[in-house]
Amino acid sequence: MMFAAIEVGEHFYWQVGNLKLHGQVLIVSWVVIGVLAIATAVASRNPQRVPGGFQNLMEYALEFVQGIAKEQIGPKEYRNWTPFVGSLFLFIFASNWLGILVPWKLIELPEGELAAPTNDINTTAALALTVSVTYFWAGLSRKGLRYFERYVQPFPVMLPLLVLEDFTKPLSLSFRLFGNILADELVVAVLVLLVPLIVPLPLMVLGLFASAIQALIFATLAASYIGEAMEDHHEEEHGTEQHA
Amino acid sequence: MDASTASVFAAALAVGLASLGPGLGQGMAAGRAVEGIARQPEAEGKIRGTLLLSLAFMEALTIYGLVVALVLLFANPFV
Repeated sequence: MMFAAIEVGEHFYWQVGNLKLHGQVLIVSWVVIGVLAIATAVASRNPQRVPGGFQNLMEYALEFVQGIAKEQIGPKEYRNWTPFVGSLFLFIFASNWLGILVPWKLIELPEGELAAPTNDINTTAALALTVSVTYFWAGLSRKGLRYFERYVQPFPVMLPLLVLEDFTKPLSLSFRLFGNILADELVVAVLVLLVPLIVPLPLMVLGLFASAIQALIFATLAASYIGEAMEDHHEEEHGTEQHA
Repeated sequence: MDASTASVFAAALAVGLASLGPGLGQGMAAGRAVEGIARQPEAEGKIRGTLLLSLAFMEALTIYGLVVALVLLFANPFV
């Protein structure tokens, strides 16, 4: 009897029009979104002045994501971007951990298997493209067309490199997250195939740790791209001149 | 050697070679971090946070190799 078959590239397809959707990813994403929405609703339903228990936990989470945004974007602007960065962090974190902690194997699908939504390249690519659009929008809304000046600063020779960077950013963001989560799951699956009991446990714990770090990295990088797009060299110089 | 045999070799090489550089890098980073903690034990928390973040970045390079290997094994466009 097989305890764990290694299934890569097998999906539970839903046919919508001409599109084939990966059903297992959508199901788990909805579960993750539901868990996050319910947790937020429960924590903020009856807020106390002195937070206790669950409210305390959620306030800690909020302060944590605020810290990420503040560190990367700066104390002046970070408030507008905390929801975006926080949603990214919480969604990735919750989907990674639910993928490991919930015994999805008990639910049988006709094809493919339920797992963390982030082990599908489509999910991570979508998240990474959202980040790309957001930092462009952040830069354009802040500086208008002068945003494109940053492609020729400090030297116009840098132009091709800086344009290329806009493509490598989403590519590396999506591959990093996808590869790490899939690698964790594969290592655990291979070990379960060899020794079904006890032995894979330490690696699962390592997977929990690594996937938490990946969520942190994704959110930190998203925030730093946004901060980078909005920073204005001229204004800073003027600011220091006025103070001096 | 047909395409599928070649892909298996290529996948093994992709992971093996991709782990060389990051392995060296992670060793250097961890060594320097230990030096830093030994010199300034009170900064341990900050050093550990930065070290973990940078280790994860180096790890990503190996993971790119792994992604290539997985594509070769499970979603090979040439077989």
